[in-house]
Amino acid sequence: MATYLEFIQQNEERDGVRFSWNVWPSSRLEATRMVVPLACLLTPLKERPDLPPVQYEPVLCSRPTCKAILNPLCQVDYRAKLWACNFCFQRNQFPPAYTGISEVNQPAELMPQFSTIEYVLQRGAQSPLIFLYVVDTCLEEDDLQALKESLQMSLSLLPPDALVGLITFGRMVQVHELSCEGISKSYVFRGTKDLTAKQIQDMLGLTKPAVPMQQARPGPPQEHPFVSSRFLQPVHKIDMNLTDLLGELQRDPWPVTQGKRPLRSTGVALSIAVGLLEGTFPNTGARIMLFTGGPPTQGPGMVVGDELKVPIRSWHDIEKDNARFMKKATKHYEMLANRTATNGHCIDIYACALDQTGLLEMKCCANLTGGHMVMGDSFNTSLFKQTFQRIFSKDFNGDFRMAFGATLEVKTSRELKVAGAIGPCVSLNVKGPCVSENELGVGGTNQWKICGLDPTSTLGIYFEVVNQHNAPVPQGGRGAIQFVTQYQHSSTQRRIRVTTIARNWADAQSQLRHIEAAFDQEAAAVLMARLGVFRAESEEGPDVLRWLDRQLIRLCQKFGQYNKEDPTSFRLSDSFSLYPQFMFHLRRSPFLQVFNNSPDESSYYRHHFARQDLTQSLIMIQPILYSYSFHGPPEPVLLDSSSILADRILLMDTFFQIVIYLGETIAQWRKAGYQDMPEYENFKHLLQAPLDDAQEILQARFPMPRYINTEHGGSQARFLLSKVNPSQTHNNLYAWGQETGAPILTDDVSLQVFMDHLKKLAVSSAC
Amino acid sequence: MNVNQSAPPVPPFGQPQPVYQGYHQSSYGGQPGSTAPTTPYGAYNGPVPGYQQTSPPDYFKIKSLGIPGWFSGSVPKVISQSFSFCPLPSGVSRAPPSSEAPPASTAQAPCGQASYGQFGQGDVQNGPSSTVQMQRFPGSQPFGSVPLAPVVSQPTVLQPYGPPPTSAQVTAQLAGMQISGAVAPALPPVGLGYGSPASLASASGSFPNPGLYGSYPQGQAPPLSQAQGHLGAQPPQRSAPPQASTFTSPASGGPRMPSMTGPFLPGQGFGGPSLSQPNHVSSPPPQALPPGTQMTGPPGPPPPMHSSQQPGYQLQQNGSFGPARGPQPNYGSPYPGAPTFGSQPGPPQPLPPKRLDPDAIPSPIQVIEDDRNNRGSEPFVTGVRGQVPPLVTTNFLVKDQGNASPRYIRCTSYNIPCTSDMAKQAQVPLAAVIKPLARLPPEEASPYVVDHGESGPLRCNRCKAYMCPFMQFIEGGRRFQCCFCSCINDVPPQYFQHLDHTGKRVDAYDRPELSLGSYEFLATVDYCKNNKFPSPPAFIFMIDVSYNAIRSGLVRLLCEELKSLLDFLPREGGTEESAIRVGFVTYNKVLHFYNVKSSLAQPQMMVVSDVADMFVPLLDGFLVNVSESRAVITSLLDQIPEMFADTRETETVFAPVIQAGMEALKAAECAGKLFLFHTSLPIAEAPGKLKNRDDRKLINTDKEKTLFQPQTGAYQTLAKECVAQGCCVDLFLFPNQYVDVATLSVVPQLTGGSVYKYACFQVENDQERFLSDLRRDVQKVVGFDAVMRVRTSTGIRAVDFFGAFYMSNTTDVELAGLDGDKTVTVEFKHDDRLNEESGALLQCALLYTSCAGQRRLRIHNLALNCCTQLADLYRNCETDTLINYMAKFAYRGVLNSPVKTVRDTLITQCAQILACYRKNCASPSSAGQLILPECMKLLPVYLNCVLKSDVLQPGAEVTTDDRAYVRQLVTSMDVAETNVFFYPRLLPLTKSPIESATEPPAVRASEERLSNGDIYLLENGLNLFLWVGASVQQGVVQSLFNVSSFSQITSGLSVLPVLDNPLSKKVRGLIDSLRAQRSRYMKLIVVKQEDKLEMLFKHFLVEDKSLSGGASYVDFLCHMHKEIRQLLS
Repeated sequence: MATYLEFIQQNEERDGVRFSWNVWPSSRLEATRMVVPLACLLTPLKERPDLPPVQYEPVLCSRPTCKAILNPLCQVDYRAKLWACNFCFQRNQFPPAYTGISEVNQPAELMPQFSTIEYVLQRGAQSPLIFLYVVDTCLEEDDLQALKESLQMSLSLLPPDALVGLITFGRMVQVHELSCEGISKSYVFRGTKDLTAKQIQDMLGLTKPAVPMQQARPGPPQEHPFVSSRFLQPVHKIDMNLTDLLGELQRDPWPVTQGKRPLRSTGVALSIAVGLLEGTFPNTGARIMLFTGGPPTQGPGMVVGDELKVPIRSWHDIEKDNARFMKKATKHYEMLANRTATNGHCIDIYACALDQTGLLEMKCCANLTGGHMVMGDSFNTSLFKQTFQRIFSKDFNGDFRMAFGATLEVKTSRELKVAGAIGPCVSLNVKGPCVSENELGVGGTNQWKICGLDPTSTLGIYFEVVNQHNAPVPQGGRGAIQFVTQYQHSSTQRRIRVTTIARNWADAQSQLRHIEAAFDQEAAAVLMARLGVFRAESEEGPDVLRWLDRQLIRLCQKFGQYNKEDPTSFRLSDSFSLYPQFMFHLRRSPFLQVFNNSPDESSYYRHHFARQDLTQSLIMIQPILYSYSFHGPPEPVLLDSSSILADRILLMDTFFQIVIYLGETIAQWRKAGYQDMPEYENFKHLLQAPLDDAQEILQARFPMPRYINTEHGGSQARFLLSKVNPSQTHNNLYAWGQETGAPILTDDVSLQVFMDHLKKLAVSSAC
Repeated sequence: MNVNQSAPPVPPFGQPQPVYQGYHQSSYGGQPGSTAPTTPYGAYNGPVPGYQQTSPPDYFKIKSLGIPGWFSGSVPKVISQSFSFCPLPSGVSRAPPSSEAPPASTAQAPCGQASYGQFGQGDVQNGPSSTVQMQRFPGSQPFGSVPLAPVVSQPTVLQPYGPPPTSAQVTAQLAGMQISGAVAPALPPVGLGYGSPASLASASGSFPNPGLYGSYPQGQAPPLSQAQGHLGAQPPQRSAPPQASTFTSPASGGPRMPSMTGPFLPGQGFGGPSLSQPNHVSSPPPQALPPGTQMTGPPGPPPPMHSSQQPGYQLQQNGSFGPARGPQPNYGSPYPGAPTFGSQPGPPQPLPPKRLDPDAIPSPIQVIEDDRNNRGSEPFVTGVRGQVPPLVTTNFLVKDQGNASPRYIRCTSYNIPCTSDMAKQAQVPLAAVIKPLARLPPEEASPYVVDHGESGPLRCNRCKAYMCPFMQFIEGGRRFQCCFCSCINDVPPQYFQHLDHTGKRVDAYDRPELSLGSYEFLATVDYCKNNKFPSPPAFIFMIDVSYNAIRSGLVRLLCEELKSLLDFLPREGGTEESAIRVGFVTYNKVLHFYNVKSSLAQPQMMVVSDVADMFVPLLDGFLVNVSESRAVITSLLDQIPEMFADTRETETVFAPVIQAGMEALKAAECAGKLFLFHTSLPIAEAPGKLKNRDDRKLINTDKEKTLFQPQTGAYQTLAKECVAQGCCVDLFLFPNQYVDVATLSVVPQLTGGSVYKYACFQVENDQERFLSDLRRDVQKVVGFDAVMRVRTSTGIRAVDFFGAFYMSNTTDVELAGLDGDKTVTVEFKHDDRLNEESGALLQCALLYTSCAGQRRLRIHNLALNCCTQLADLYRNCETDTLINYMAKFAYRGVLNSPVKTVRDTLITQCAQILACYRKNCASPSSAGQLILPECMKLLPVYLNCVLKSDVLQPGAEVTTDDRAYVRQLVTSMDVAETNVFFYPRLLPLTKSPIESATEPPAVRASEERLSNGDIYLLENGLNLFLWVGASVQQGVVQSLFNVSSFSQITSGLSVLPVLDNPLSKKVRGLIDSLRAQRSRYMKLIVVKQEDKLEMLFKHFLVEDKSLSGGASYVDFLCHMHKEIRQLLS
């Protein structure tokens, strides 16, 4: 391995893991001085076309407190048919099936290239996937129509044996029975009343037949339908029925008087959905898909009253403690989310409305269960339609890119402990020997539940080095971490993916350069950002920024090369050089800045930030800007106002938005219609190029970004202008001379100013 | 003799009558006059004083009032009696006779006659009634003995029994003939006088009773007799009559009994029971003498008298009186039988034999017949204040001339004591039974609708009474004085009209509100809820689809029926289509609502399982117009039975169902009605959940009242909400076991709804009954969201209300729904003096939403007289109404007091009423004599029926549910219904010729009246029995049942085979017509003599001692007499 960059990349490709430090400081004290914690971004189900799952079960360490899985790092005594656990050093006998084992006949899990391996469990009942649609009917007619079509379409995308159910809500909540002929039947619940799971199950008539259900399980499902068969039916059996049912869905019939919002019982609808699945299919992969077109306006979980004259809470209200429903609603949804997570189900939220829909309150439903969160302006947009379609996309094997009910267990060697995780997961509260007392993110456990995940779902996992300074690890020793992810594959198999990695220890005093060189600034930026965003959920914005700044300064102090009190002497090595810039953009990002964003938007952005993989996360932190011109092929340019030139076309990808921006001249040319003239075909091509590239991004991205095509002076150009580094503003416009970009009307500091301050502070001995 | 004499008088009366019309009494005057001269009053008065000095004062007044009418009917009889009794009356009465034959009669009438006449019917007087009798007899014949008795007193009596079978009629007729021979003369005259011979005849025939009643309509002849009947002096005036009705039975009875019995015994021989009666009969004679007897030591003298007279008189009048004497001894015996009376341990003197002759005590049948005959022929014109209308059992037409028709309002008394002291003394409850939306016969016009435009109805500014004919216009018509509160109001300009010389508005006859007793105003928006005109009401059908309902076939039957029934929703005159919308709900443990919007291809079902917190899951499409959504509705009704065909759900909820319906109406912002079809005790976990708390051990304990009380207060709360929304609930119950009707019926009861109960419903057996009730219930016109207020003129005020409604304050009766069958009984009390001049006025205003959604006010006005003399009160009473009130009062009482207390209260009150009469109005007589006011002579028998009813004295086979059911039924019954309910009609089917088109005359409800060679129909408005005697002719059996012998008749049969023969047609026709008269379909039960089911049937023979311990009529009368005597002493 030539460079750390290659090493890092290789590791990421093979194991889906990026560590902030690839050489670990060997003592607790040193580790804390590193500022950026030892942590990693783990993509548990990273797509590995080259990794066929093995069809047997893993071999576990026999020590009850360990139960680590046999891996390439274990020492094996082929003769004695023994292997030593590399975490607890317990010696274990191979199981009988391994009698033929030898140096030349190794099982896959012992081969170094299988540091990540996937087992398929043969035991356990395979229950079909479950999709429960929870549909808001308080929509505009065309919105509803579009939604209905999307839903009908989705039926054809589901696996035929998947169970599907439908709940609609408005003022009331209706649970539709799908098995009936003739009369369509639904159970109706009042939208204002919170019900316990038991009540819901009683009311749906699910409790009594519980006995028959159990009996039915062993037998063929067709003959002994599940209890819940009334509400959850195999797609192939009822797709005609359901298509008709969806077709007949009407807007909520209750009159909405002038000046009122429609009464929307989202809270209860979700509660019922959760209760329904809880009672019928606990611990089976299931998605609750909530489609809502506005804020919940009644019952538990209401976010805003139905009086239109009272607007929905803003950040301002929240800061002023003026959002009267927020706490209660949040509590309601949190409770639901936790229940859902306990049952191993996940909740998707598809919120399409021009105004806020209460994502702030509902975010935990998606965040804690690994569900999707999609925000759009209308169901009648390609943004929603394509995003929704993409949920059901399939991988190279023809399997859905979704997995359910995963538990992630992290085992560490003794020198390390697990401090926590940040991502779409909930703690399973398993206290093991490797659980740290200090929490970073969701801590206090070494197991988490991820109810819904896809190949890109990524968790940040934070560790703590607990080795004491006076008990250094042996030189050349390696620390090991094992990630064990058990999950339900979309083919309904239970699978276990095991990733075992090891990194070298290094003494921070003597081998700081090694450690420095092994710093992964991208991973570190994302991991720090996750920590920052995680804090921002519970702390005041400025506090988080201050924390972030201090960390940055400390890092610079630790790893910068400078003369005290001499800012100009400040230098950072290559492996750190980009880090401050990431932090600069992070500070400006919507993840930490709520200005100009609604609470819903903030929640939406943070949701995605907390689950995307490193590349996507970096795009979110620092959007990518490409420039198209007649001067050459498209090139990435600085995300800076100086890049905004009249004769360029810019393509910016912020993950959430794709912005194509025509420079002033280009815009004039286009207006003049040059692109339609044969002699200016090259101009036409120039115009087309960013469109094509944008399409490419759009095709791959989930969720579908907002696609913005604008030009100089266009109102939508604000999307671009708000992102670029304001190197030229109305304050310094003339100082920078003319014609070199577009001034941004802002008082925000520019990167240059930021860096200057950073240097000043870093070299100052004051802090 | 008398007869002849009387005849002459009659004509005169007839003349006077026309003049007086309203005042039949005048006729009395006439009578007396007739006897002497023709001059009505003067003459009479004269005589009166002469006759009896004691009573005169009262009478005079009466006369002056012109109320006399009473006696007229009885006159003839009286006469006959009088003669026979001469001895006693002679003192007083004789004088009259001397003056004129009729008077004479009156004289005798004094006591016994008039009153007895009625009772005596069978007896002596029967003879006189002659022609009339003929008719009666048929009626009485059932007893057989009766007719005979009359003729040859005892001997005849005997015969009847013997012959009973088919021949009975003949004999009866014969008897009649004979009698007629004797009496004939009398009758003819009457006939002449009246112009309507028939009626007269009947009146005479019935002597006693008819006389009284008859007097009203006809007034003429009868009055005299009756009047006279009592006391010589009295006779002239009404006073006499009242007495007549009274009977002094007991006192002397003892001694005489023996003698009497002797003769009767033979007669008794025929019919076991009759024996005792004969005894009574014997005793009566003394009474017949009554006047005398009463006055003096009855026992002694009477006997002799009786002996001589007995044959003829005794039976009738004596009968009634006789008992009195016998009493002591008698009581003893009766009481034992009737534990209830326990108090009267009295003198159980030996002899059972000494009993009153049932034929001699007042007979409801006779009274009814007489009234029919006397008053059924002419329209009842309401123009005059304080007129007592004909009995409810009489068919008559009403002409509204300023007072509400008795179909709308009936009062216990049409003459109200001026002071509360008087009222207290008399103890006669002052109550009105109001049926604001009563259905009228086609011949009578329904109330006019008056539209006063934007200004709305004109009302008194102070008391808010509505404009009515009694308002007095003054100052040339610019102002009017309120007749209720005397406030002077300005007449609004647009309403101004000049007055004519009598002070009446010129346009009085053009305006219903100035000339009629009943009319309607169109309400303005001010009278509407939320100041919005109401939307058309809705009907919601809520069907239990639990296992029981499905299994019994109810659901399928109901759904099938609804398909066609929905075409017959009530609509307002002329409109093509009903404005009423319909909705459907099914339920077991959960509720299923249906969306039947016309645009749907299939109905949609919405299940609401949150029964703890009911709500309506949909708005649009739940309540729909039938014609628009017909296809969807039909599809729904087709599918409902299928959907639940294999349900296993046995638990049901109840309160949430009502709640749901109410919420649905609330959501739709309209009033309406819920039709609930429910099968079982709601034990599912939900509000209003009930437990089985049926405990027969509680009966006759202090806790018995809990059986009538709802288990939980939840239903009251719910009902309150329903009322606020105008949501009326009709409940159809199909229980297989205890369902706690007491609790379930709370909401229907408080919302003005009805409860129907079909125990152990099976489609085959009960289909007809259920469907018929359902059709009727769905189709009947209903007023919704109604508020009723009764205003009265200063001096009295409405203080208590009985019926199916809710009251949130003390004056407004709130009715979520009110149909033409529902009645509200209102009790009045004095709060000041009333003025004899101005009388007392009632105005009942009902604000309601018609079934087309129109807001209206219906106004009923009624003017009553006021009196300062108790006698006037007693003379203007209506026993049927009184019983209606007392039954409702008692039935409400059981909620709070032990049943025994309630019963004792009733008895005491009755005794007080009668004692007060005896003390203040009746001529002095022996304490041993039972004297009943003419108008109240049926009070004891009816009251006894009330006391024996299932609610107050349950038999072993009566379930708690039955009692609760009956209790709430009675609460909203009108007078006609209570009348027949408590005293069932028993019609002999084979006695009258098959060809006769009219209903056969009823017979008294006693086993003695049944002959085993006959077939009888018995109905009480709820039940219908066909009783077949064991020795009925085979031919009859064949033609009725299509089987060859009695033994092959299926007991319990509920449908008669359709056979093409006159008898079968007639019987089935009769059954149909009986059913048509009642608001509920009566299921027929065929009962064979000596069969198990006969027990059930016998329960309705209310004159007999009941198995559950209820006293027989005779026993009760004796007991009553004793009570009265105690009070008097």
